[in-house]
Formats: sequence, C-alpha cells, structure tokens
Amino acid sequence: MPPKAQISPVNTQLFDRYQPLPGVPDELVDANGVMRPAWAGLIAHMSSQTPDEIAGSFARGDQHLADAGVFFRKYGDKTIATRDWPFSPVPILLPETEWREIEAGLIQRAELMEQVVADLYGPNRLVAEGHLPATLIAQNPEWLRPMVGVVPRSGHFLHFMAFEIGRGPDGRWWVLSDRTDAPSGAGFALENRVATSLVFPELYRQTNVHRLAGFFRSFRDALDKLRQDPASRVGILTPGPLTDTYYEQAYIARYLGMALLEGEDLTVENGQLRVRTVRGLAPVDVLWRRMDGVWADPLELREDSQLGTPGLMSAVRQGNVTMVNALGVGVLETQALMAFLPKICRVLTGKPLSLPNVATWWCGQRPELDHVRANAARMMIGPAMSTRMPYETAATHAIGGQMRGGDGEMGDDADLHDWLTDNAAGLMGKELVTLSTTPAYENGALVPRPMTIRVFLAQTAQGWQVMPGGFARIGSSADTTAISMRHGGAVADVWVVSDDPVEPVTMLTPATAPFQRAQTGPLPSRAADNLFWLGRYTERSEGLLRLVRAYNSRLDQGVSGALLPSLRNWLKTYYVDVSETLPEGLSSTLASAVYSASQIRDRFSVDGWAALKDMEKSMARIAKTVKPGNDAALVMSVMLRKIAGFSGLVHENMYRAAGWQFLTMGRSLERAAMMADLLAVVADPASPEGGLDLAIEVGDSIMVHRQRYSLITSRETVIDLLALDEANPRSIRFHLDVIRKLVDDLTVDPAGQMNDFQRRVLALQTALALHSVSSLDTKALRQVHGQILDLSLALNATFMN
Amino acid sequence: MIYDIKLRISYDYARPAVNGRHLACMMPLDVPGVQKVVAGLLDISPRPNERVDRLDFFGNRVTEFAIRAPHSKIALNLQSRVERLAPVPRAEGSSLADLPGIFAQSAELGPNAPLHFLPPSVRVPYNPAMSAFAREHLQASMSVEQAVYAIGHALHDYMRFDAKATTVDTPAAEAFELRLGVCQDFSHIMIACLRGVGIPAGYVSGFLRTLPPPGKPRLEGADAMHAWVRAWCGPQIGWLEFDPTNDKQADADHIVVAYGRDYSDVAPIKGNLRGSGRQKSKQAVDVIPVV
Repeated sequence: MPPKAQISPVNTQLFDRYQPLPGVPDELVDANGVMRPAWAGLIAHMSSQTPDEIAGSFARGDQHLADAGVFFRKYGDKTIATRDWPFSPVPILLPETEWREIEAGLIQRAELMEQVVADLYGPNRLVAEGHLPATLIAQNPEWLRPMVGVVPRSGHFLHFMAFEIGRGPDGRWWVLSDRTDAPSGAGFALENRVATSLVFPELYRQTNVHRLAGFFRSFRDALDKLRQDPASRVGILTPGPLTDTYYEQAYIARYLGMALLEGEDLTVENGQLRVRTVRGLAPVDVLWRRMDGVWADPLELREDSQLGTPGLMSAVRQGNVTMVNALGVGVLETQALMAFLPKICRVLTGKPLSLPNVATWWCGQRPELDHVRANAARMMIGPAMSTRMPYETAATHAIGGQMRGGDGEMGDDADLHDWLTDNAAGLMGKELVTLSTTPAYENGALVPRPMTIRVFLAQTAQGWQVMPGGFARIGSSADTTAISMRHGGAVADVWVVSDDPVEPVTMLTPATAPFQRAQTGPLPSRAADNLFWLGRYTERSEGLLRLVRAYNSRLDQGVSGALLPSLRNWLKTYYVDVSETLPEGLSSTLASAVYSASQIRDRFSVDGWAALKDMEKSMARIAKTVKPGNDAALVMSVMLRKIAGFSGLVHENMYRAAGWQFLTMGRSLERAAMMADLLAVVADPASPEGGLDLAIEVGDSIMVHRQRYSLITSRETVIDLLALDEANPRSIRFHLDVIRKLVDDLTVDPAGQMNDFQRRVLALQTALALHSVSSLDTKALRQVHGQILDLSLALNATFMN
Repeated sequence: MIYDIKLRISYDYARPAVNGRHLACMMPLDVPGVQKVVAGLLDISPRPNERVDRLDFFGNRVTEFAIRAPHSKIALNLQSRVERLAPVPRAEGSSLADLPGIFAQSAELGPNAPLHFLPPSVRVPYNPAMSAFAREHLQASMSVEQAVYAIGHALHDYMRFDAKATTVDTPAAEAFELRLGVCQDFSHIMIACLRGVGIPAGYVSGFLRTLPPPGKPRLEGADAMHAWVRAWCGPQIGWLEFDPTNDKQADADHIVVAYGRDYSDVAPIKGNLRGSGRQKSKQAVDVIPVV
C-alpha cells in the first residue's frame, strides 16, 4: 500500500469564504465565526481536494443512489412518476455531548406521548381534569373511536416514533413536529448514510461517527420479541406502491428481513391475523404499520378504504396482534396539542419539557385567540386538528398575517379577522420559527442553508433508544423561516461525532452464535400473482416483438399475398395494430410488465428493476423516431436483446424459491400459449404460403430446422419442432414440461394429494406428449391453446388464497 | 307501546362470494327512559364461521360475522320485542346563545357527549347552503328546542319525499339540490343544518310503526327501516329526537336501533366482499303492536 497522501490544503477558500447569515445560528461556525471542532476533519478533507475531485466524490454518492433506485414520489402525485432523491453530500456534524441532550429530551417526550395516548384511549383524565379541551379530542379525525377502551397487547401504544427538530435563534433545539402514526424516513436515513460514506470513505472511517446499524438491530430484535407465535414473521404494513415513500418501505423490509405486506395480503380468521400465501394462510401477529391508522380497516374505520383489511380492528381488540404503532396514535400529531403539552408534562411528570416544542396557541380559547390575533404577523395560523404544519396543508392558512391556500383568494386584514372569528375552535397559531443554517455545497462553494433534522426513536428491551443520526432536510434558499422547507430542498446525512473511537456494529449476529440457515417465509399470494404476471407480460412482449419484427421485415421485402393481412388480423387479437410503426399494444404490454414488477419491488433485484425500466425508457424514446419497414425491424431487434438481458438477469441470478417458480410459470405458460395460437393460424393446410417459415423464424429455430430436416419447411417438420419437441425451448411441449416440474416442486403435500392445478397440468402435458404431428391438427392446437389459458385460472384458484 | 318487530335483509350475489366479513347493526337499543328491549334474536344464514356480538363506541349492539365458504346469498333475520315509552314533557331548555359557553366548559367524552355530534362527519360534510338555509329560519331569541322545530318544519316544507330520486349512496348535498329524497336524505340534511348553526345533531336508525289506510289490513313486510334525527338541546333537556320526514317529534311509534353521527356509523349491514359481482338486496320489516 502506498503511504498515505499528506493532506495539502488546495482550497483554503472553501472555509474562508463561508459567510453565515447575520443573527442566525450556524452549525459550522459559532457566533464569533470560529469553526466548531466537530467539523474540522470534514472541512480539512474537502479543502484538500480540487473542485473536480469533490465533484468526482459526490458523483459516487449519486451513482450509488441511482443504482439502488432510490426515489420518492412527489407528495400528492398519484401517478407512477417518481422523483430522484435530492441528495446533499455534505453531512451535518454534531458533537456527541450535544446529541446526548437531544436524546434525553426526545426520550422524555416519547414517554410523555405514551402516557397521553394511553389516557386518551383509557380513563381520559386529562380531559376530565381540564388539562386538555374535550373539543380537541371529540372533533379530532385521528381519535379513532373503535380504539377507545382497547389496551394494546404489548402494553405500549408507541414503539417507533420520529420527531422533526430544529435549532432556534437562541441556539436551543426545538421540536417542530411529532410523527407518531406511521413515521417515514428511517430507511432514507440509512441510504443517505451509505451514500455519504461512499462520498467520504476515508474520512468516514477516520472520524468517530456513531453507526446506525445498532439501532436497527435493537429495533428488529424488539419487534421479534413482540411476537407471540414463534412461527410468524414480523410484517411491514404498506399502503402500496402509490405511496410517496414506497421505495423506502421496500428497502427497509429487505434490510431487516421482514415481509412487506399490503392490506390485501392479510385476512382475519377467528380473530387471528393471517397472511395469504401460496401455501395457505400463514400467521402474522406483529405489524410495523406504515399505513395511516384511519385506512387500516374498512369495516370499522374509513369505510371507503381500499387499502385496509376487514376485521383488523377486531383482531386488535381481541389482543391477537401488536401494531407498531397502535391504531389511533395519530391523534398525538395534532398540531394544536403542542399548546397543551408543556403543561401536561408538568402535570404528569412533575417536570418541564426539557426540549421545548414550538410555542402554540389553540384559538378555541378566548385569551389565546386574542393573542394570536394581535400577533398574527409573527405567526403561522392553520387548522388545529391538522397533523401537518399550516404551510404543508391545502387548507386555508395564514403566514405572517397573509392568508393563503383554501380557495386560493388572498385575503386582507379584515378577512383574516373574520376568518379567525368564524373558525376559532378549528384554528391554532404557531410561532413563525426560524432555523439554524448548515453548509451546503453549491457551485464550488459552501453556502449556509436552513435545516431541520428528523430523529427516530424505537422502543427496545432497554426502553426508548434514539438512532444516533437521522436525516436532515435542507432548504433550497437562504430563507430561514421554517416554511422554506415546503419547497423540498435537499436531504443530508447527520453524523454524531464522538471524541472516542466508536464500536463498529453490523446487522449480523455475533460470531459466537451457531450458524443457522434462515428460513424464507412463504410467498404472499399477491406477490406470487404479480410475479406470475410479470413472467407472462415480459414473455408476451418478447413474442409480440418477434412477430412485429417478422411482419416489418417482410413488408420491406415486398412480400405480397395473404400472409401479411392474415398476420395483421391475428395480431389484433393481442391488441397490436401493425399499421402503427411502434404499436401501442406493444408498449402497453411492456408497461404492464413494469407495473407488475413495481408492485413487488421488495422481492426484486435492483439490476432486474433497472433493466426493466431501461426497456420502458428505450421504447418511449424509439417511439418518436422509428420508421416502418426495415428500420422498425432493426429497432425490434434492439428491444429483443434488451428483453433477453432482463430474462438472463432473472434466470441467472434469481433465488430459486417460490417467487422464481411463479415468474417462470408465467413465462412458460405465455410462451406455450402464444406458440399454440400461432401454429393454429399459420400451420393450417389452408393457411397462406410463407406462414411455416415465419413460425420457424419467430420460434428462433431456423438453424435447428436446417440441421434436423432440410431447407424446406413442411407442416410436419414445423409442428414437430415447435409443438412436440421436448428439447426445443420454443416448443409447447418443452414449456408444459417446465410447468409440470415447477408445480410438483411447489406442491409438496405429504399425503401426495394433487390439487386442481396440478391435475390439469398433468393431464395437458400427457395429452400433448401423446400427440403426433398428424393428430395435432389445427383443431387440436386450438384446444391446447384454450387449455393452457385455463391453467392460468386454475393457478389463481389454487394458490391465490 | 309494546311491539313485535321482524326485519329480514337478504343479499343475492350474481357470482358466489368467499370470505365475506360483515358488521350488522340492527338490534334495537336499550335506552333508559325511552325504550326497553324485552327479547331479541338475530339469525344469520348461511351459518357464519365466526360471530362476535358486542357494543360499539356509541353503545349500539353490533354483530361482526364472517362466512368463508363460497355463498351466493346472505340473509339476516331479526326478531325482537320492544317496549317503547312515550316522550315526557320537557323542562325549559337552553337558548341558542348559551351553547358555545356550554361546549367550552364541557369535559365529557362519553358516547352521548354532544361534542361528538358537532363537527362534520363522513356522510355529513360541512355544507354552506344548508347552514344558510338553517340560519334563515332562526331568530336570535330562540331556545335550542324551538330552533330544532323551526328547522325541522322548514325542511319538511322545502323537501318532498320521493322514494325513487335517491339511493343509499346519494350525497346529502345532491338530495338537497333536488329537494327530493327519503328518510336518510331528510335526516342527513337536517343534521347538516343543525350542526351548521352550532347545534349537536346525530342520526338515529330504527323502525316506524305505520298505520294501514282505514278499513285495510296491515300488509306483512310492507314497512321499512326508518331514520330520524336527534339534537342536543342543552343540559336540561338533553337529546331531543325529531323525525324530519314526518315533521314531528319522534314518539311511541319510533323504535330506536342505533345512534350515530350519520348513516355510516349505523348502517344495518357493512362489509366488503372479495371478487363478488353485482348484488341484489331485499328488505322486509314488520312492526306489530302487541299491547
């Protein structure tokens, strides 16, 4: 190894030119402009690099995030479109001593929250004794009446929380918002950490940065301990791929080895929660809930919920499932609650809040309303029951006395006055917070940008544990009011720096424990269904590409006669219109494949996903330029190579478990069905001339045919090679053999009893094996085609419980 | 009055349903001073694999049941004997202007606490037109009770009963625009009107004894489930039940099944079905006076 390069400051300008904003606390420098000690290593490191080197380092982080496919959905955007993760590579460094104070304050707050919520669903002392207005609870959409009187099985309502904190003008940390219902971001914090450690690999190793893995390990262990059925696996309950943080949920499920489940994956039987899997119903009794509580059960909560599981609330009531967190804890996120928490803390614990929250006034009380009215210029005013900051809501709100949102009309002072009077009980005012700044790297320089930090807490065997770090949101401009955060900005890692070396932690079990091969849980039926259809749609895309290519190349060669019109008509049954150069039916088939894959990203390799997305992008690009005939044929060849790349990735790399089996069955079933269908059209004695050669070409079997038979195709040679040959991976027989083998592997019934699907596969495979080239006529081909398609229904009935 | 009540609700599915889970809310309620349930039986066919009878947050008697095997029909049969007491004359109630002060002091969150019934609910969102309609018919000096009657009468004049104009899922706002509807629409609209002027109001589902035309026999199963409104008139009076469809205070002809904020709290049967097609539902009610 070469000796370590001497750090030579090539960019002394980097720090010297950093200009904190006047009167605003800054993370990098103190009030006297002196660098805070925790940052020294990072600034020295960055100063030793040229701008090009810095750009190169940053590119490593971006590359990682792009390769990993990190994205998030824009809030409120209900399309599949996603946004890249706006990563800011410069971390925020906090000394451990300061972090300990934050930790203690947040643990106190978490414990207080638990007491408050236990009271709100239990004895209701806080309301009865006048510490909390009854209106705030009775009119709160997050106070879930079915939960009243329910005591959580685990003894706790809260197991995992997040707090948004910021540093105020006096240098103290403030709690800006409480995230209790289904807090997101822990997985993003982890991905940020990976990316940042790739940007600064040496520095990260040399700096005593507290690692995050220990926190996740403790949390995972705590969740495992909450299980009562040792045969069950902990699940993560997701609202599904259309949610803004789906990527993160899939990521954390993979990272922690938990099942990612949608409401539809679950069912309740005799008060017990179960997962529908391809092997029947499997137990699950701990759910880390990433779905907002109100959607969880259409029977007892929001009746219009498409995401929930009927009966879930009943299973909770009967004490058969632990929800992390309990349903109904969303009530703690109520903005107006912050007005009462400081006093409630003193009442319940005898102590003040050690980390204050943003000063808040509920306008349902006369003196508070008057105060908010008089100080509107220094406040944000918005819905009292909202769980979001006023500027994050679509509802009418006022910032610094200016009305916004709602119907979009800007009000004047008189409107503000009337609005407050008419809606007092539904409104609250909050001090307009200003935030500290932290350095962000823009155009070769460090510039101060406002920031907030999201900190995560987990209930473990040792009580509440705080993730040493978190993820920071960084404003996009120098505006230091908290509202600048609504424009998005960037995200950065948070390093908690110790004076002493930190212990490395991994998710692995200690080496002293004997090795145990982990069991994968049974495959949820919905995932199996999506994998099966992913197999079918990619195979159908390939088949259609081959057919459209064959059509276009013949078009260019000026082939005349009845063949092309008959092919054109037949392709219409697959919704492909070859008069379009790039048929819409082709791209929509591929889009269906991508959609199926997007439903199961937690089970899908990153490379496979990238290959699939790449195909979709190429298809969209090509669609704009392609010309009919030879050009289209060439383009189809390019697409075929891409699809082969995807299939190769899947078949070379995918773990041979139930997931792969369903994907492969889908592929084989589709290929066999399309071939039977094609042969029925082109290999009939009455079919137009040229059809047999076309079938051999589409079946990619020209070389074999030439070697085995002759240059001349006949109905016999074609049927033999493409329907009955058990060694040709393009033949119907070959794929029925594949399906038969797979279904035998999938269905291991100790008593040897066959299920309906198995029976049908066996019958069909045997029937085909007994056919000869003469008995497999067009009528028989059509029958085989229908029977193959029926297998799809039988598979559904057998495995999709 | 003592009644024997029979209710039969059935659903026919075009395609067999599997794994149906439902919540039924049709058993009459015991309300001290208002009505007493002497006996009650709810029979479900096909026989459910699971059945749990319990009380919901508002104290209503609900039955959760699940039928797992494929089935193309569900039928629920309720039989109950109920004694309904006539309403007693009331004390002097609060005035409209008193209410905000009373709510500000309220520290009650029990099932009948008026505060639950003041904010908008799923089927009764805030509606400025209905609030304005209510306001037009009020005078500042009115007691809450007078206000409830004034709004109820006005609504009865404004709306016309029409069994065909709306369905169970028609939003109240649409019925109000049409000025047509059935008891569910009348009730939702009146609730929105009352809440719009600061009076807590809830939905009552139940049965109504109907009298056959003079000289004609009572037709079996000809009655239907009914709905009306209850409004909170201050601590002295408490809840007052008013039937906007018939423009009168609910009386010994009204048998209460359930109290809720709106229909979605007390729907007689709820529940999603996996993979089911169209369905047909039938309802038959008999309310027979015994004494």
